[in-house]
Amino acid sequence: MNQRITIDPITRLEGHGRIEIFLDDAGEVVSAYFQVPELRGFESFCVGRQSEEMPNITNRICGVCPEAHHIAAAKALDEMFGAPCLPAAVRIRELIYSAFFVTDHTTHFYCLGGPDFIVGPDAPKEERNILGVIRKVGLDAGKEVIACRARNHGLIKKLGGRGVHLCGALPGGWSVAVTPEIAEEARQIARQNIEFALFSLETFHQIVLGNEAYRDLVMGDLYAHQTYSMGTVDADNAPNFYDGTIRVVDPAGNELTRYRPQKYLDHIAEHVEPWSYVKFPYLKKIGWKGFVDGPESGVYQATPLARLNVADRMATPRAQAEFERFFDAFGCRGTGPGGRNRPVHHRLATHWARLVELLYAAERMQELADHPELCDPNVRQIVSYRAGVGIGSVEAPRGTLTHHYSCDERGILTSVNLVVGTTNNNAPIGMSIAKAAKGLIHNGVVNDGILNRVEMAFRLYDPCCSCATHAIGTAPLEITIRRAGVGTILDRISRGC
Amino acid sequence: MPNLKPKLAMYWAASCGGCEIALANINEALLEIDAYFDFMFCPCLLDTKRADIEALPDKAIFLTLFNGALRTEENLEMAELLRCKSQIFIAFGACAASGGIPALANQHGISHMLETVFCGSASTDNIQGLIPGATSAVPGGELELPAFLQRVLAVHEAVTVDYTMPGCPPEPEQIVAVIRHVASGNPLPGNGTLLGCTPRAVCDQCEREKRGSLAARLVRPFEALPEAGWCLAEQGFACIGTATHGGCGALCPAVAMPCTGCYGALDLDADPGAAALSALVAVVDPGESSGKAEADIHAHLRGALAGVADPLGTFYRYNLATATVANRSPEVDQ
Repeated sequence: MNQRITIDPITRLEGHGRIEIFLDDAGEVVSAYFQVPELRGFESFCVGRQSEEMPNITNRICGVCPEAHHIAAAKALDEMFGAPCLPAAVRIRELIYSAFFVTDHTTHFYCLGGPDFIVGPDAPKEERNILGVIRKVGLDAGKEVIACRARNHGLIKKLGGRGVHLCGALPGGWSVAVTPEIAEEARQIARQNIEFALFSLETFHQIVLGNEAYRDLVMGDLYAHQTYSMGTVDADNAPNFYDGTIRVVDPAGNELTRYRPQKYLDHIAEHVEPWSYVKFPYLKKIGWKGFVDGPESGVYQATPLARLNVADRMATPRAQAEFERFFDAFGCRGTGPGGRNRPVHHRLATHWARLVELLYAAERMQELADHPELCDPNVRQIVSYRAGVGIGSVEAPRGTLTHHYSCDERGILTSVNLVVGTTNNNAPIGMSIAKAAKGLIHNGVVNDGILNRVEMAFRLYDPCCSCATHAIGTAPLEITIRRAGVGTILDRISRGC
Repeated sequence: MPNLKPKLAMYWAASCGGCEIALANINEALLEIDAYFDFMFCPCLLDTKRADIEALPDKAIFLTLFNGALRTEENLEMAELLRCKSQIFIAFGACAASGGIPALANQHGISHMLETVFCGSASTDNIQGLIPGATSAVPGGELELPAFLQRVLAVHEAVTVDYTMPGCPPEPEQIVAVIRHVASGNPLPGNGTLLGCTPRAVCDQCEREKRGSLAARLVRPFEALPEAGWCLAEQGFACIGTATHGGCGALCPAVAMPCTGCYGALDLDADPGAAALSALVAVVDPGESSGKAEADIHAHLRGALAGVADPLGTFYRYNLATATVANRSPEVDQ
């Protein structure tokens, strides 16, 4: 006779999720599952659409990361129409993309994942949110967070038309050029972003790593998993969010493979389970072996932590210094194959990795803003449509994102396939939740703090279920406790009870 | 210490989270919300669970901003639950108002969706043809998934909606204005009123000049370079701002991209797509027809209108849940 715990909805994520935990008679965890109870079906209803509208339809997959879908769609169109993007438009796209990474990572650290550390995993649930963070770090710091989001969203709106669901992407280009005024503003914003990223890292070092209990959580085994890591790198093996080669390393740090995004079908497949509307990607070379760790399992993660794990360096100086500090902290620097860093497998360190990326995005934004030809007016071109195939990929904040389209001779879509950032991490999220539940729940004892620590196992991935289901609606997370076998609901854990 | 401030809830059904981000983008005004309201339910940002809502007395929540369309039974249950617990219930954003982008799924139906996503996609490994859903036996017990509704619904098709705020998403300035008005205690407009938009077209806020000329033909956005400062529709781009509520500030035309209609149809009594189509073709030059053969006239018109190759995705992009054309019968799927 097992019992069952349901957390529904899981909260402080993008989209709907649910955790189901089954306990045996002794109150020990038998199994735990991460379910996404939504599906909207973009791959289906985009068929028949004008392909050039994909940047403006697929950005509605996710309102948190519309820029990722918008740009991936644009890159797929560039290829499908045989219209390489104009250099000035590439710079605009990447400038927007850098600003987006700053604001997105800021949102996660302060609003979604950060409250667990800044306010505390056991704090009353009413406090575990951005308002609680502001009370904790002070109103001035809170206003810095708001200002950071505001200035970057403001720039995205000026260059992309809208604060949410920007609309500037065209095949081979961008709809408007950068004016000298906007260029100056972008330079100022980039400088402020760098300061803000350094401040956020300092906050993390003080509040999280400076606190023994939190440090133990981050460095301990409860949230550790040894899987493959995936991320996009440039020719020097530094992470690049806009474009590059996809690199996969094994748990020890050996390179398994590297490939251009156009070859993704040779490397990735998506497994289906009957109990979730989100699929489970895996490495074809290794194969699907179920929800297990290790080099024999095709499970991989594609996250900020994964991107640092596959990288040999960062492309900007301050981020490089923090990158070294990061791998030093875990004793992994230079101790891997061929003098590479060994991958860090402590998944809560993803929060730290996210801040390293925040700093890189800010520095990269400064490089782009300082480019002498940023205001080049040649951003939009006339192209002809034709039947074809296009594959576009970027690193979304939550992992490698691929848009794959085919269209007929009128440019009408005949097929659409999407492999989305969070979807990559669907299996790891489930594994992390199960491990945390097994480590935390004993003798049937559960309370709000314990359940929140279970939720922290998914929250570190910053999951976007809206994206993963490019598919259906959104619900917060719920935990249900049931008797195994029978499924009788013994308790629906509601926070604060 | 009970919180005596009026309770504010925000919930997402079949949505993308953009409405939540639009709320977050009101920036410092968030602190005003915190000062006036007990912002107590928003799964994106807060840890309150469904059971906490179920435990509330009816009408305990002063104001609920409900975004997203209704795609699953769970979406429907949450709409019913929050309607019951709320004094004021606002359909927030295009998906809640008229189905939004998710309602495009009503074109092909559920079978097409499930087969495409789980069996037909290029990267899916599913030899057994497994379609997730309903109940699955797993080690430890059984897992359930919510079932899909036969078609995507706008929220007002399932529960009584007091007000509607259009937009994909609603613009932050509009959100602030509405929330401040509610917080001020000033009387609210009559039920059914649209909030956060203007009664006039997007064109009213658009800085592009209308010259009164007709476009020789409709063009797709990559087929021509738009002239700065001149109405996009008159240049042949499929801008449906003339048939769409203003309130956004004409953001898309400001960056030389056509309005796609996210703030909803101006004429609430007409079929929204038909109204948008009529408004757009009114700027296309039909050409000289006298003395021409019928076939030649039609060939000319087909060419002039070829710039809209997907009328459904162009004119019904955000409203297929409520459009007459989409009220398909279940038999269509058989």
